[in-house]
Amino acid sequence: MQKIFYVFPLIFLLGVCFVSFVSGADQEFPVSPPPLTEGIYPCSNCHASMEVNRKKRELKEEHSQIKLHHAETMRWCLDCHDVKNRDKLRLYNGELITFNESYRLCGECHGPVYRDWKAGIHGKRTGYFSGPGKRTYFLCAHCHDPHEPKFKPIKPEPPPYPPTDRNHAK
Amino acid sequence: MEKLREMLNETWHFYKRTLTLVAKGNTLYYAWCFSLIAIIVVGFRFYLMQHEVGLIATHMNDQVSWGLYIANFTYLVGAAAAAVLLVIPSYVYHFKPIKEIVVLGELFAASSIIMAILFVMVDLGRIDRFWHMIPFVGKMNFPQSLLAWDVLALNGYLFLNLLIPIYLLVKFYYRKEPNWKFILPFILLSIPMAVAIHTVTAFLYNGLPARPFWNASILAPRFLASAFCSGPAIIIIIFQIIRKVSTSHIEIEDKALFKISELIAYAMFLNLFLLSAELFKEYYSQTVHVASFKYLFEGLHGHKQLVPWIWGAMTMNVIAFIIFLIPQTRKRLSTLNLGCLLIIIGVWIEKGPGFVIPGFVPDPLGEIFEYLPNLLELMVSFGIWATGLLIFTLLMKVAIPIETGKFTHTEYEKEVTAFRPH
Amino acid sequence: MQNKRYTRREFIRNLSLTTLAGLSLPLLSSCTKEEAEDFLQKHFREMTEEEKKRVVAKLEQRYLQKYGRKFQISTKEALPDTFWGYGLELSRCIGCRRCVYACVKENNHSHHDPQLQWIRVLRLKRGNLINLENSEHYYNPDLVPEKGFIYLPVQCQQCQNPPCVKVCPVHATWQEPDGIVVVDYNWCIGCRYCIAACPYKGRVFNWAEPNILKEEINPSVHYLGNRPRMKCAVEKCTFCIQRVRLGRYPACVEACPTGTRKFGNLLDPNSEIRYIIDRKRVFRLKEDLGTEPKFYYFFEA
Repeated sequence: MQKIFYVFPLIFLLGVCFVSFVSGADQEFPVSPPPLTEGIYPCSNCHASMEVNRKKRELKEEHSQIKLHHAETMRWCLDCHDVKNRDKLRLYNGELITFNESYRLCGECHGPVYRDWKAGIHGKRTGYFSGPGKRTYFLCAHCHDPHEPKFKPIKPEPPPYPPTDRNHAK
Repeated sequence: MEKLREMLNETWHFYKRTLTLVAKGNTLYYAWCFSLIAIIVVGFRFYLMQHEVGLIATHMNDQVSWGLYIANFTYLVGAAAAAVLLVIPSYVYHFKPIKEIVVLGELFAASSIIMAILFVMVDLGRIDRFWHMIPFVGKMNFPQSLLAWDVLALNGYLFLNLLIPIYLLVKFYYRKEPNWKFILPFILLSIPMAVAIHTVTAFLYNGLPARPFWNASILAPRFLASAFCSGPAIIIIIFQIIRKVSTSHIEIEDKALFKISELIAYAMFLNLFLLSAELFKEYYSQTVHVASFKYLFEGLHGHKQLVPWIWGAMTMNVIAFIIFLIPQTRKRLSTLNLGCLLIIIGVWIEKGPGFVIPGFVPDPLGEIFEYLPNLLELMVSFGIWATGLLIFTLLMKVAIPIETGKFTHTEYEKEVTAFRPH
Repeated sequence: MQNKRYTRREFIRNLSLTTLAGLSLPLLSSCTKEEAEDFLQKHFREMTEEEKKRVVAKLEQRYLQKYGRKFQISTKEALPDTFWGYGLELSRCIGCRRCVYACVKENNHSHHDPQLQWIRVLRLKRGNLINLENSEHYYNPDLVPEKGFIYLPVQCQQCQNPPCVKVCPVHATWQEPDGIVVVDYNWCIGCRYCIAACPYKGRVFNWAEPNILKEEINPSVHYLGNRPRMKCAVEKCTFCIQRVRLGRYPACVEACPTGTRKFGNLLDPNSEIRYIIDRKRVFRLKEDLGTEPKFYYFFEA
């Protein structure tokens, strides 16, 4: 009988730890598929058989078109892409996430934006905001190239005809 | 009922007889009327072009969406309000020289209002939907919209200024004493009505917070002051022309003209004073809203189309004020006429284009568009002015012989009996 | 003498009648068939459901003939418990004008003679946000955003206290229960008083018959929104009334490449716009005029 008094709290505590561990994984967001380059996924096709080189360097043989302009003085590829399993991304606490959840990785540094994105006010909005239609979130990577996230300037659409241009304007 | 039918018969007979008056005249009369009709026809043709294509045929656009038409409208409502300066001396103070000519002044006000209404109508994009503005038939936004008030006030004033002179003229024609108990309330009503029409027109502009150039409390007093100097100035000139041209030899005494010119002097002083008050407030406070004044008086970012116009108007107004102030120049017809012409043109510039256009420059988003009316707008405007002048001429052709007693029912009866076969 | 007077009177009478008849003919003939058909049409708010259906059918027929496309004209009323608000994040606008042209395409604007656009993007020098007099509307650089400038898109602010509704002499414009200020294009008389009254240049005028690009026609329209307009009627942004009453985002919100524009229901505490108002530094243009716009500009945090 006395054993029960010891066991139940233990089970309860274990349960609490388990639940907190699971909820630490955050809620799921319905996102469109990540914008991976054609044929590049799954990465383990190549990387499973390759040696791991943890040295920070500029890549010459593959992925040479990727120029890292994203806190490159403080990090490099293997700080975000998991060393052992290249199909996953690596969070700071070591947890591995799929590319579908890449927003969690971005959110680790970009907290306020992540909070806004979760509420639905950061980034492009399309489709339905209420009613029968579907609302999808865009992944961060859909708009921001994770390796070079700064937006490039684009060509603006033409200005309206000035009112002095009598052939077109008014 | 019998009385009503009799009155209607009398009025109809009177109308038919006036047509004969209008048809007969000397060469000058025919030349004047036909040249006016020519201008009207040209203006109407241009208007049809505008009606066909839309208002894109004018030079107005989204930045300056009111132009020459509304400028003329504002000025003419002022000119119409000026009839009150004849009504008050004659009916309230019984000043005899003006009492003789007050009916002519009221008919002038009526023609002015007709011109103003025509200007608004040509400015409407969809004149075929005009019936939407009629109360109870359409859906008039009364009392929120000042334009609805303006429609009611203008039409009410037009009704008064047609009812009173026509009633009096019909009575004079039949050599009957007017029923003063009936007509005097209308006459007295036309006094606050005159102030009302121009106040409502001022409020139309005044009530727009989007346009800081117009959103000044001083606007209604300014409008009234400028109306009371420009309208009577036109009246003075017109009466002198009538005096010279009319075959009925109507007695328009110089005393009447000088009395009116005295009133103009006071009104012009008020006009100049209120303008300086506005200028001080804007230029001294130097808020962002001084931009419209800068555009008008100095030019804004290199745009200075209106600058010579407004300075010309200011010069004319000040010179006219001095002419009217000094009794010697005021009481001499040649200088008086010069002063009147200067006022008419000066106030037209100041109150017409010099008021409407700077309200749109710069526009609420800071854009500057220099508006100048194009040929179509000018032709339509001339056409409407010619219409007003023609209507006024025809009204005078009828009113003056009746006023002088040359055209009466007894004359007609005499002629009829003379030609009736025995 | 009497004969002469008689014939003169007759002459005048005949002359005036013929002139009147002659003048009215060109006036009446210049009225198009459409104008004649629509002449007695009632105000939208006074139409019964039957009448609305008839008007919609007539318009669909007319648009089919004119544009060769089958239009669906909705007269959907405001959804209950909705009050639309708009958010615009100024820190992200790059002045690319994609919103302007998405709006033009969605809302069947006239492309030229006259060119109508409901959204206008202003370029302001950094350091100045309020004095719009120094704005540039016609900037056309190779690339945006330009250094040293910020961009401020302006459209109808759907004011709570709209000055345009106050001044319209015929009630052609009013505020719907869901907060959108709309225009009955068939009722507007074209006096342009509302354009003078709007502090944001939200309203534009069809100075001539609109020229819509046939290949860009959008056939799903709302009677009070983006149906093809006619000459000399006023129009303005309607928050894409044909979209929002079905739960879709307005076209400009969808078009913005940087996610500057936000939209939602102010009465829904979980909506995006409420989140923004609660947490961001929002302001509205020309608030001192008391118009109470529902267009909230904000910056990060």
